[in-house]
Amino acid sequence: MIVAVSTPFTVPIGFMDALQVTVLILIAAGATAVVLTRRHVHQVLALSVYGVLLAVLFLVFQAPDVALSALTVGAVALPIILLLTLAKTGKREE
Amino acid sequence: MTPGQRRAMFLIGGAGLVAFVVWGLLGLPGFGHYPGPYGFIINRFALRQTHATGTVSAVNFDYRGFDTVGEEFILFAAAAGVATVLRTLRGERERSPADQAADRDAPPTSGAVRMAALMFTGPLVVMGWWLTSHAQTNPSGGFQGGVVLATAFIMVYLAGEFLVFERFSPVDVTDAVEAVGAGGFAAVGVAALGFGLAYLTNFLPKGQVYGSVSSSGTIALISFFVGMEVAAAFILIVVELLDQTLLIRGGG
Repeated sequence: MIVAVSTPFTVPIGFMDALQVTVLILIAAGATAVVLTRRHVHQVLALSVYGVLLAVLFLVFQAPDVALSALTVGAVALPIILLLTLAKTGKREE
Repeated sequence: MTPGQRRAMFLIGGAGLVAFVVWGLLGLPGFGHYPGPYGFIINRFALRQTHATGTVSAVNFDYRGFDTVGEEFILFAAAAGVATVLRTLRGERERSPADQAADRDAPPTSGAVRMAALMFTGPLVVMGWWLTSHAQTNPSGGFQGGVVLATAFIMVYLAGEFLVFERFSPVDVTDAVEAVGAGGFAAVGVAALGFGLAYLTNFLPKGQVYGSVSSSGTIALISFFVGMEVAAAFILIVVELLDQTLLIRGGG
C-alpha cells in the first residue's frame, strides 16, 4: 500500500539509496575512528562527531524522532558527562 | 590460566556469538521490507483517533504511554542516583579553587567561545520549547525537547558563567521541577481512572483542528510534563558533575 507522491522535495530515483550507503560507510569509519583514538579527550570529541553521524543515519532512514534523540544524547549529553568526568579524574595523570 | 587457554576460551565464545548473530541476521526480513501490520494500522487510525499529526508522538504519549512512563522514571531514578552518589560526604567541604591561589585570576573564557555559546542560547530555548509544547505535530515531544532546553542552560555555563548557571538552576528548584514533571505524567494517567477509563487513556476532548496544541487531548499535556522532567533531570546531573569538577573537596 505504497503511494507515490510528488512534492517539491522529490529526489531522483536512487538518490536515497546512494545516501544511505554513504552514511553507512561513514558510520563504519566513524566507529572505527572512535575505537582507534588513544587520547581520552580526543576520543570523546570523536564520539561526539560519531553521535552526529548516527543522527544523520537515523534521519536518512526516516526516523526523525530517533535522530533527535541521537543528536541530543549521543552528540551532546554523553560527551559533556564524559568530559566532566575526565576533567575531574584526569588532572593527576597528565 | 595461561594466555593460550584464555585465547581458546575467547575463540570458543566468539565462535558461538558469531554463529548466533549470523543465525539472527538470516532470519531478518529483507532490507526495507516492513513485515508488521502495526505501522500501517497506526498510519491509518492515529490521525482520526488522536488528532495528532505527529504519529510518533501519538504512539509515545497515547497508544504506548505506559512505556513512556517507565522510561521517564528510569531517567528520574538515574538523576536521583547521580545526586546521591555525588553528594557532599561527611567530612568533605566545598571550596572554590580560587581560594587555593588567591593571587592568581582564573583564565577568562575566550571571546569566541562566549559569543558562540550566547548566540546558541536563544535559539536552543525556542527550539526546546517548541519541541516540548508541540508534541502533536513534531516527531519528538518532551524527551528530546527537554534535553534541548537543558542544553540552553549548559550554554550559559560554557559562556564562562558558572555562578550565573548555578543561580539560574538552583538545585532545590531543579529538584522540585523534576518531581512535578514526573508526578504530573503519572497524575494524568491516574486522572483517566477517575473517568472509569484505563490508565493513561487520552481522556481530554479532542479539538477540531488537526495538529494544534489543544486538539490532541492529553498528548500535549504529557509531553509538557515530560519536557519539565527531562530538562530538570539533565540540569541536575550536569550541575552535580560540575560541582564535583569545579569545587575542590577534601576532608578537614
